[in-house]
Amino acid sequence: MESQIEITGFVALYIFMLAAFAGWVIIGHVPAILHTPLMSGSNFVHGIVVVGGLFALLNASSTTEQAIGFFAVLLGAGNAAGGYAVTERMLAMFQTSGQQTRHAKPHHAKKA
Amino acid sequence: MLTMLPQLIIGAADLAAAFLFLYGLQRMASPVTAPSGIFVAGLGMLVAILASFLYAFDVNEAARPYLLVNIALALVALAVGGGLAWWSGKKVAMTSMPQMVALYNGMGGGAAGAIAAVELFGGKANGATQLIVTLLGALIGAVSLSGSLIAWAKLDGILKQPLRIEGQQILNLAVMAATLAVGGYIVFVTLAGGVPVLAMPALIGLFFGLALVFGILMTLPIGGADMPVVISIYNAFTGLAVGLEGFVLQNPALMIAGMVVGAAGMLLTLLMAKAMNRSVGNVLFTNFGTVAKHKKSDMPGSLKPAEAGDAGIYMRYAKNVIIVPGYGLAVAQGQQKLYEFVKLLQSAGVAVKFAVHPVAGRMPGQMDVLLAEAGVPYDLIFQLEDINDDFASADVALVIGANDVVNPAARSDKASPLYGMPILNADKAKHVYVVKRGGGAGYAGVENALFYGDNCNMVYGDAQAVLVKMIEAVRGLGLSAAA
Repeated sequence: MESQIEITGFVALYIFMLAAFAGWVIIGHVPAILHTPLMSGSNFVHGIVVVGGLFALLNASSTTEQAIGFFAVLLGAGNAAGGYAVTERMLAMFQTSGQQTRHAKPHHAKKA
Repeated sequence: MLTMLPQLIIGAADLAAAFLFLYGLQRMASPVTAPSGIFVAGLGMLVAILASFLYAFDVNEAARPYLLVNIALALVALAVGGGLAWWSGKKVAMTSMPQMVALYNGMGGGAAGAIAAVELFGGKANGATQLIVTLLGALIGAVSLSGSLIAWAKLDGILKQPLRIEGQQILNLAVMAATLAVGGYIVFVTLAGGVPVLAMPALIGLFFGLALVFGILMTLPIGGADMPVVISIYNAFTGLAVGLEGFVLQNPALMIAGMVVGAAGMLLTLLMAKAMNRSVGNVLFTNFGTVAKHKKSDMPGSLKPAEAGDAGIYMRYAKNVIIVPGYGLAVAQGQQKLYEFVKLLQSAGVAVKFAVHPVAGRMPGQMDVLLAEAGVPYDLIFQLEDINDDFASADVALVIGANDVVNPAARSDKASPLYGMPILNADKAKHVYVVKRGGGAGYAGVENALFYGDNCNMVYGDAQAVLVKMIEAVRGLGLSAAA
């Protein structure tokens, strides 16, 4: 990513500050009833680290770097895929009394 | 230039990903839009991952001979890591959600730490700022990895007891100081030159080792009921580590996503700590179990046991009932039976609401998910501040598997360790039934005056078994009630 615009010093701090503020405000609006899917959902979002892992792995030039880069992508992919799977499952369970015909029975049957 | 195009596409994809993450999280503000929110965020992830393969067009000179192998490795890692996690995430039971989230947290932290390790071992971080930020991200990521693994083991019941040793705090402090010292030394040697006492890779290894040990030591003494705070804090840590490594890699999407999650995790941590009447520092650095346990204080009144069936019938003829579910209900796997009972009551014309305390469960909001899984519509589920005034006009409060969160001592008894904690005012209801496995104090080791109140009856037994008896008793009243 060398030829991109350099993000250094204060520019980086501005990005961090604005992102932290956005996160705080957005998350503050989420009702307590959704806090578990919210947590697994934000958990999923930091799975974006897999992109950094891919960058490191593709630029690896020794066996050590390859091994650690592989590890990074493996864990990052797990973070992203797992976080998505559980969040989607949980959110599908929240229903209003208007649509009580579809209960969570299939989910219940699935878990051993 | 031919190399410009991949760069542009990657840049645009990352920008799109950052937007979709924020937009997706924003849609989580309501249960109606939340499912589309996670889908939108997932789309962002997919776009970013696909685009990142374009890095292959612009790898550094040294990595070029390895490129094909590296691409193959990347595909294998994505398939194996993503596949295994997807499969486990699809089949994990809702009660095991906290340990699963802890595990994914650890993975993210580990990935951030590993990226830092590649940068450090490869000597790619140059300049003081980059080096320090890399090390900081490595430290936080490694602590998050090992700490989350311990949290996972605790929540999964592999580690049963909080492990506390003499002088734990001093040991933790020493390990932390040693980690920082090694990190500082790495910076010093790299910038000022000179020959280090150990070879550089050994120093970096030592740094990671110490950070991992610190994560373990920090998490071991923390008890099971404090886990909501711990999970939230490691979520924030991993986000922070990802954001910092994003700076090192000069990737704004990682910086933004990481920092958003870091702030979100911090907010949830503070909310949880507040709901537990503790400060974050208090959870992390003191051992709750060592708080002087109150001796059995003399409670006015007595415990009055009641039959499950009688309690069920009493509620059948009540006008409105508020149910306070606690973690004990989940332990007994009684959610399905509870909702079955509630449906019986509803068909008999009883108005039923659920009152959920923020710390009911092992992670923020877990009880809400467990109720939703059992089929309870979310418009029947109310949070503490929304329902607390309704108890005074409720005919019955049914407390199942909850204790400390309904202890009136939190309102009145300044000497109680619970004093000041926000509680559900179940004691204000006209009548209270408490379903409980047996006598005894709650997690905080405090007697509960609610149980001794004139308006309270105890229904002893396993929550699920008690609910089955209640259902049978109400059904026995006749078909009109059992519609």
